[in-house]
Amino acid sequence: MTAAALRLENVSMRFGTVIALSDVSMHVDPGTVTCVLGDNGAGKSTLIKILSGVYEPSEGALFVDGEKTTFASPRDALDQGIATVYQDLATVPLMSVWRNFFLGNEPTRGVWPFRRLDAKHAKTTCKGELLDMGIDIRDPDQAVGTLSGGERQAVAIARAVHFGANVLILDEPTSALGVKQSGVVLKYILQAKDRGVAVVFITHNPHHAYLVGDRFFLLNRGRMIAEYERSGVTREELVQAMAGGAELETLAHELESYTS
Amino acid sequence: MTTTPETTPDTTPDTTTPETAMHDERVARVNAFGRLMRRPEIGALMGAIVVYVFFSVVDTTGNFVGLTGAARWTDVASTTGIVAVAVALLMIGGEFDLSAGVMIGTSGLFAGLLISEYGLPVWPAIFLTFIFAAGIGFVNGWLVVTTGLPSFIVTLAMFFSLRGINLGATKLLTDTVRVAGIDEGVGYDSAAAVFASEVWAPYGFKIAVVWWIGLTILATWLLTRTKFGNWIYAVGGDKNAARNTGVPVKRTKITLFMFTAMSAALVGVISLMRLRSMQAGQGVGEEFVFIIAAVVGGCLLTGGYGSAIGASIGAAIIGMAFIGIAYAGWNTDWSWLFLGLILFAAVLTNSLISRRFQGGKR
Repeated sequence: MTAAALRLENVSMRFGTVIALSDVSMHVDPGTVTCVLGDNGAGKSTLIKILSGVYEPSEGALFVDGEKTTFASPRDALDQGIATVYQDLATVPLMSVWRNFFLGNEPTRGVWPFRRLDAKHAKTTCKGELLDMGIDIRDPDQAVGTLSGGERQAVAIARAVHFGANVLILDEPTSALGVKQSGVVLKYILQAKDRGVAVVFITHNPHHAYLVGDRFFLLNRGRMIAEYERSGVTREELVQAMAGGAELETLAHELESYTS
Repeated sequence: MTTTPETTPDTTPDTTTPETAMHDERVARVNAFGRLMRRPEIGALMGAIVVYVFFSVVDTTGNFVGLTGAARWTDVASTTGIVAVAVALLMIGGEFDLSAGVMIGTSGLFAGLLISEYGLPVWPAIFLTFIFAAGIGFVNGWLVVTTGLPSFIVTLAMFFSLRGINLGATKLLTDTVRVAGIDEGVGYDSAAAVFASEVWAPYGFKIAVVWWIGLTILATWLLTRTKFGNWIYAVGGDKNAARNTGVPVKRTKITLFMFTAMSAALVGVISLMRLRSMQAGQGVGEEFVFIIAAVVGGCLLTGGYGSAIGASIGAAIIGMAFIGIAYAGWNTDWSWLFLGLILFAAVLTNSLISRRFQGGKR
């Protein structure tokens, strides 16, 4: 296999005396889905912000396609092919689907001062691109606010893929969604994977992760405590490892004592 | 506009053409009426028709309906509309500017003092005034984006600061509260021709109307057809989402504040050329009239939605109200009551219409 699309080596992040991440190493390969699992406070948010260029790590190094690099800003990370889709901060609800799709990358035609949006091209491309991802929106002119939560995530994912993201980081894309909607988003994750994108799926839901993941990293209290290949782990083991097996059993006993 | 976009080479040959791809059987055919009703300015347009008919009926002079009347009410509407259009863009971008009214006075006084006190020719003075106004707008915008304070507060502070400076500086330099003698400046005649003349002779339409219509067209084009317009909607609709997709949020907002201040400067220059003098209190109180025009025109107070044409229709309603009340033979003091009622009625209509035609989501 060639170099990882994105690799972290011994990354630590401190905020004053608080150690948010400690000695974390991970790698993300093209055409795979890499899941980062962790409970609340495990350091997921900090990890996302390092991957997407919001924070610069206190220690350790980042490699994009095998080359050591740093991200000066989220825009810089984007320019290096690392796109991040945040849970609810991905789209502007009042704007139409096509305007959202091309936001920040608007296609234009004509010369200044007559340079204008190529709306027709944008609408056709948007509709076609979403269709390629298996997202069948009704009308590119409709406001994103009228779409369901899953469709909104899908538009954001399709946008990132269209604009050449090599690495797609998804921050809890399914946490606010119902079962069916989550399924829709998971399908788009696989679509992105099939296009050769390295997907980083950050979640606290091992069930969702197991459905699409090729590799699993477990984050707990700022440390990477385990790494599994898909072939080397069952879903039950993943759930157990994630919840901390002993804790889950204690919880089960406690709950039983209520019901009995 | 006639060229069809090239299909990308990797698409399969049997893909639908762009035309059929655009239509989808799940979208109920939206007829022209439905499309019209979805426009943000529809409430204002219906309001304008009602107001026009109303004042045509109560008119005692018999002039309101004709072009003579139109020349009068478009005169009021134009000076309101020029700034209201810029204020609308700013509101769509999610910010307010309460200093837009007093800026008319500030820029008029600035130009007037340059001409009468410092003997500058009229055209360079006007040029410097626009630069100065852009600077004030920049300060407004820069303070808003760097401090993170609500623009309501920042521009309210600017409003009162400028109000004080207008009076203080004018008294200091002229010993009166007005600047006069502008028509003695070099180049006054040509500047007056551009900013304060009349067009379409028998009816006496003011040239400000041309500026107003021109700026409305320009702003509409900017808003709906350019990259910058897309950014305006985005920064007002969801600042974080806009930033995450790489839109320069701060630059967009600062630019909008600069546009607003410069549009106020244009009205300041127009007033200065018309009156050949400027009172230190000019423009104070107008800021809310601009906001009323923008809101009547369909702009959401929360940003992200609205139109430039709407703000212009709002300005037209205000113009018709001021002139219509005078033509009806009523005391013009009642205009303010009328503005209050129009504001409420238009916003109510807008929200009802949007609920009806946009499935309750805006």
